[in-house]
Amino acid sequence: MNPTAEVDALGNASIPKPGEVAIVIKDMNKWFGAFHALRDINLTVYSGERIVICGPSGSGKSTLIRCVNRLEVHQKGTIIVDGTELTSDLKNIDKIRSEVGMCFQHFNLFPHLTTLENCMLAPIWVRKVPRKEARETAMHFLEKVKIPEQALKYPGQLSGGQQQRVAIARSLCMRPRIMLFDEPTSALDPEMIKEVLDTMIELAEEGMTMICVTHEMGFARKVANRVIFMDEGQIVEQNEPEEFFSNPKSDRTQLFLSQILGH
Amino acid sequence: MDGTTFVRKEILAAQSPPTSEIGIGGWARENLFGSVFNSVMTVLSATAVVLFLAESLPWILQSSWTANSLSECRERISDRYGEGVHGACWSVIRERYLQMLFGFYPSELYWRPILTFVLLLGALSPVLFPSIPRILLVFSAVYPFVGYWLLWGGSIWGPFSIVAGFAIGIFAGQHVKYRIAMIAVLILSVYLCFRISGYLQTAAPVGIEPIESAQMGGFLLSVTIGTTGIVLSLPIGILLALGRTSDLLIVKAICVGFIEFIRGVPLITLLFVASTLLNLFMPPGTNFDLILRVVIMVTLFASAYMAEVIRGGLAALPRGQYEAADALGLDYWKSIRLVILPQALKISIPGIVSTFIGLFKDTTLVSIIGLLDPLGLSTSIRADSDWNGIVWELYGFVALMFFIFCFAMSRYSMYLERKLEISNH
Ligand SMILES: Nc1ncnc2c1ncn2[C@@H]1O[C@H](COP(=O)(O)OP(=O)(O)OP(=O)(O)O)[C@@H](O)[C@H]1O
Ligand SMILES: [Mg+2]
Repeated sequence: MNPTAEVDALGNASIPKPGEVAIVIKDMNKWFGAFHALRDINLTVYSGERIVICGPSGSGKSTLIRCVNRLEVHQKGTIIVDGTELTSDLKNIDKIRSEVGMCFQHFNLFPHLTTLENCMLAPIWVRKVPRKEARETAMHFLEKVKIPEQALKYPGQLSGGQQQRVAIARSLCMRPRIMLFDEPTSALDPEMIKEVLDTMIELAEEGMTMICVTHEMGFARKVANRVIFMDEGQIVEQNEPEEFFSNPKSDRTQLFLSQILGH
Repeated sequence: MDGTTFVRKEILAAQSPPTSEIGIGGWARENLFGSVFNSVMTVLSATAVVLFLAESLPWILQSSWTANSLSECRERISDRYGEGVHGACWSVIRERYLQMLFGFYPSELYWRPILTFVLLLGALSPVLFPSIPRILLVFSAVYPFVGYWLLWGGSIWGPFSIVAGFAIGIFAGQHVKYRIAMIAVLILSVYLCFRISGYLQTAAPVGIEPIESAQMGGFLLSVTIGTTGIVLSLPIGILLALGRTSDLLIVKAICVGFIEFIRGVPLITLLFVASTLLNLFMPPGTNFDLILRVVIMVTLFASAYMAEVIRGGLAALPRGQYEAADALGLDYWKSIRLVILPQALKISIPGIVSTFIGLFKDTTLVSIIGLLDPLGLSTSIRADSDWNGIVWELYGFVALMFFIFCFAMSRYSMYLERKLEISNH
């Protein structure tokens, strides 16, 4: 636990003060077999920072954020999350995973559990929170993502946008210090995208550290501190959103932006 | 109103469906005579059913329940229903049904297998039906020992000490931090309690009359082997399936080897190994119960199939489920128990129940190594000079009994699927 972290009313460590280092990625390389998927990635994320990653399909965006909670294993370099280095030590991995929330493109809710049970599962079994408290926390976050009335439904009975908001609530129930989003809106119909983005914007405004793979440029402009453009497994350009969008330096970035903003 | 714009003025009220959609007439038209092909099939099937019943019903009904031998039975049938009438000799069932049910279990002790069976239903019910109070699961956990003791009899201290050992071990294990130590404590306490049981028996002999395995037979034997096999093969199959899909090379190799070996060998071979070869490997003088050996073989055999059925369920789960569980920080066993297995088992229910049914019917193979299961008993009854030549009645009875058990399992699986369907979208 971070020594400077404060404790909030619910007894959980609050988000660390801005300016602290949350994630350090240094000279990180990743291969899938012989395929060099990530090449010399260097990235430091500070607490409270919101980072948007974009880039063409297959450029390694998902792989990069999946390395942060070790859903993928990197082969070279170091990743330090919240002061803990990611090694093959299972204890460290489980600790980091419980501190880092993740939302997937396809929500990945547990279909055999109700919305509420989805949100209560990890706090109960990982954090050993008493059932009653876990239920209160779950309801708190379901209210926050504005679907408390769906608490007793199964994921299959919800719309895509609702499912993604449940997935966000499920992650938040673990009181994560960092949230990773992997194209959270790209499987959604346009009218549902807004409700999910609104939830994420709210989260950002509360100071959550976020790394977000998305092509929602409006969202990036609005909340990102930094936008990172990736191509062929490398970070090609990194800048503040205004600069990034109005004045992209690299040819690849320009091409990419013209393609996604052009039509 | 022109062709392109339209605004509804009044909202239509709901009406009941047209009559052809409702009632028996509507149902029959829809389902039996919906098309020419459908009508032809309906007529053909109905004819087949009628012909079958016309042949079999007289045989079933024009029968004798009282004769004491096959020839006497035939006489009675032709006396009563006329020359040349073929009727069933159900009297063989009347005479031998107790034997078919219990084998050579002493008749004054029939209450023991009956009680065991009733308690079995009680022990299974909380496992099968979630609406039954969870506290009864404690009884389900103790039941194997109660059932064993009731069937085989002997000193109560053996089974009792093992249960006590488990209870003490589990209680003590809760105060131990590491899982390995917990298991060690459990094994140690069971072992110690079991060692003590011998002294307890000499100090305070409490027990019921012991029964030899050789005295057991009939459906008692089938149900004992079948139930034990079913109850054990599921968890073993789950472990094998998990092993086969795991990243640990050695574990994976062992599981694959085991599954492929067992599946590649006929069950009869395994039963012969159990009945003859296994004794060669035992230290001389050890008396390793034949039924126990058979149960082990049947369980291993069914586990291999079970493992493959469950592996199918595991493979059907999207990778995202594993990833979501990992991302929440659940460790391997928790994610398996809480996220993966509930879904994988649900997908595999039809396959699992098929394997159960197959296992239960395969218990008849034990007649080949000389155990007197219902089929083995039928053979010996047919060898009796009184009943020499009787076929359909005996095997029909055996088939009916097996059908009842298997059909019950099948219905339960359908019930379970329907119940779990609710959460399925
Ligand atoms: N499990 C895997 N095995 C082999 N190759 C993989 C695997 N996962 C990803 N890759 C490859 O790594 C590269 C990067 O994949 P990644 O999923 O990170 O791309 P992405 O930037 O997220 O693309 P998208 O926008 O389509 O999601 C791709 O070329 C992909 O084919
Ligand atoms: Mg991706």
